[in-house]
Amino acid sequence: MPCKKDIPKMLEISEIIRESEYHKTLFFKHSLDCKPGQFIMVWIPGIDEKPMAVSYLKKDEFAFTFHSIGKFTHTLAKLKKGDGVGIRGPYGNGFSIKKNACVIGGGVGMTCMSTLIDALKNPMVINGARNKDSLLFHKRYKNMITTTDDGSYGRKGFTTEVLNEQLKNEKIKIDIVYTCGPEIMMKKIVDICRKHKIECEAALERYMSCGFGVCGKCMINDKIICIDGPIFNSKQLNEMPEFGKFTRLKSGKKVSL
Amino acid sequence: MLTTTLCGIKLRNPTVLASGVLGVTKECFDRIGREGAGAVTLKSLCHEERPGHVNPTMFNDGTAFLNAVGLSGQGIDNAVKDFKRLDDLSIPVIASIFGYKIEHFGQVAKKISKLKPAMIEANISCPNIEYGTPYFADPELAAKVTREVKKNSGKIPVSIKLSPNVHNIKDIAKAVEKAGADAITAINAASGMKIDIDARKPILANKIGGISGPALKHITIRCVYDVYETVKIPIIGTGGVTYGKDAIEMIMAGATTIGIGAGIYYRGTDVFKKICNEMEAWMKNNKVKSLDEIRGIVHK
Ligand SMILES: Cc1cc2nc3c(=O)[nH]c(=O)nc-3n(C[C@H](O)[C@H](O)[C@H](O)COP(=O)(O)OP(=O)(O)OC[C@H]3O[C@@H](n4cnc5c(N)ncnc54)[C@H](O)[C@@H]3O)c2cc1C
Ligand SMILES: Cc1cc2nc3c(=O)[nH]c(=O)nc-3n(C[C@H](O)[C@H](O)[C@H](O)COP(=O)(O)O)c2cc1C
Ligand code: FES
Repeated sequence: MPCKKDIPKMLEISEIIRESEYHKTLFFKHSLDCKPGQFIMVWIPGIDEKPMAVSYLKKDEFAFTFHSIGKFTHTLAKLKKGDGVGIRGPYGNGFSIKKNACVIGGGVGMTCMSTLIDALKNPMVINGARNKDSLLFHKRYKNMITTTDDGSYGRKGFTTEVLNEQLKNEKIKIDIVYTCGPEIMMKKIVDICRKHKIECEAALERYMSCGFGVCGKCMINDKIICIDGPIFNSKQLNEMPEFGKFTRLKSGKKVSL
Repeated sequence: MLTTTLCGIKLRNPTVLASGVLGVTKECFDRIGREGAGAVTLKSLCHEERPGHVNPTMFNDGTAFLNAVGLSGQGIDNAVKDFKRLDDLSIPVIASIFGYKIEHFGQVAKKISKLKPAMIEANISCPNIEYGTPYFADPELAAKVTREVKKNSGKIPVSIKLSPNVHNIKDIAKAVEKAGADAITAINAASGMKIDIDARKPILANKIGGISGPALKHITIRCVYDVYETVKIPIIGTGGVTYGKDAIEMIMAGATTIGIGAGIYYRGTDVFKKICNEMEAWMKNNKVKSLDEIRGIVHK
C-alpha cells in the first residue's frame, strides 16, 4: 500500500502577535519542511478547516498570519497561547527563487510573500492595502515601498502604479515579479509584466476543501490550484481565461469575481 | 488490448474516473480524459445547489482514506448552463445524479439527458447524507428509483450505484436489474469514522464518512463477486483500485470496467495511464490477449 498520510496534527500555539487592527500571527514550536509559496491546512476542531500561507519559518518554528474577516478567522482570533489547532501540509508547489526580483503583496496577500522575501536576498518589495489598518508587515522589511488606496499610510495609490514607475527607471533591473493579493490586482500586474516582457509568478486563491487534489473545488480552467499551484507563471496565467474574471463557490458554481 | 465495451459504449480502456473525485468542472474531466481515463463520471448532481459539509471533509491517516464531502454540487440547472453538452469531449461521460425524493431522480435524469451523456449513473448510496439511507438498503425502493430514472433517460443506458453498507447486496442487484438497469456500479464508500484523541473530536466535520482506497478493496472484490453471481448486466467495479494488479483482480471478480477515485490521491491525475500500463504488462507476462479471457474467471 502506498505510504501517504494527510491528517491534521494537533499543535499548541506557542506565541501570538497582534500585527495590526485586523491581523494576528500564531506561532508553533514545530519544524515544518516548507518552501516559500506553499500553504498549510489549519483545523479548529468543531469549527472548520482552511488554507493559510506560512508567514514565518525557522528551523524549529513556524507561524501563519490571518486577517480576521469571517467565522473561521474570528474564532482563530479568540484562541490563546497553549490552545491547540490541527495542522497538515505543507501543500502546493511554491515559488521559483530568482535574482533581480520585485515582490508585490496586496493586503493579506503579504503573508504568502513573507517567506519568499526572507529567501530572496533583499528584493524590492511593494506592499499595498486599502488603508493603514489593512496593511500587513509594513515595518518588517527594509527595501519596501508602501501604498494605501486612501493615503492613510505611505503613498496614496495602487501597487501597479509603483510597479510601472520602477519599470521605467533604467537604474533598476527587474527580471521577475512575484505577487499575491486580490486577483484583480494580480491580473493587472501580469498584464504589465507581459507588456514589458518580464517573468511573473502569482499565487492564486480559490475555495479549498482537501488541499491535495481530490475534491476538485479549487479549479481554475483545467488547473487544480492546490497541487498544480497555488503559484503559476506568466505562461500558465495567460492560458487561463478564468483568471481575473471568474471564481467558483463552495458548491462548484461558477460566478464573476 | 484494453478496449472494452460497456452497454454498447466503446472505451479505449476500462478505467473510469469514479464520481466525486475531481469531476466538478468540464475542463477538469476533459483533462482526466487526456490523462488516460477510458471514461469519466461527474460528481453527483441533484435538483438543487448544495455547498456540502464543512471542512474537514476528507483525510488519510495512513490506514484508510475517509471522506464526507456531503454531495456538494452546483445543482442540475447551473450544471446545464455550465456544461452545455456532454458529448463533445474526447471520451465518454457518465453523469452521476441523485435526489432526495424519487421524483427528484426523474427530474434530474430528464434535464441531464438533454446534454447527451454516454450514460447516467444513479447514486443511491452516499454514506454521508441523511436522505441516502433508504434507497440503497431496500430492494423495492432501489427498483423504484431505477424505473424513475429509466423512464426519464430516453435511450441513454443507466447504471445504479450500490452501497456495501447492506447485508443484501444480491437482492438489491437483482431488483435493479429487473427494474431495467443497464449496469451496476459497485461500490460506493463504506461507512467509517475516526476520532482525533488529542482534539477529542471526530476529524470529519460530519463525524461519519466513507472509506475509500486500498482499505476498501477487499470489500469491493466481494461485492463485485456477489453481484456478478446474481445478475447478467455489466458491473463498473469501483473501490480500492490503485495499481494495475487491483484492476486485474476486479476483472477476475467479474467487473467490465474499473472505477478509480482515491487512486488519484495515491498516484496523481495520471493514475489511469499508469494502471493501464501495468495491466498491459501483466497481460503480456501472462499471455492474456484480451480482458474477456479473464473476466469473471473465478466464477468458473
Ligand atoms: C492557498 C491559500 C492561502 C491562504 N492564506 C491565507 C493567509 O495566509 N491568511 C489569511 O488570512 N487568509 C488566507 N487564505 C484565505 C483563508 O483560507 C480564508 O478564506 C479566509 O481567512 C477567510 O476565512 P473565514 O472563514 O474567516 O471568512 P469567510 O466567512 O469565508 O469570509 C467572510 C467574508 O469575507 C470575504 N472574504 C474571505 N476571504 C477573502 C479574501 N481573501 N479577500 C476578500 N474577501 C474575502 C468572504 O467573501 C465573506 O464575505 C488563503 C487561502 C488560500 C486558498
Ligand atoms: C472525495 C470523494 C467524493 C466522493 N463523492 C461521490 C459522489 O459525489 N457520488 C458518488 O456516487 N460517489 C462518490 N464517492 C465515492 C467514489 O465514487 C467511489 O465509489 C469510492 O470512493 C470507492 O472508490 P475508490 O476506492 O477508487 O475511491 C466519493 C469518493 C471520494 C473519495
Ligand atoms: S482543494 Fe480539493 S482539489 Fe484542490
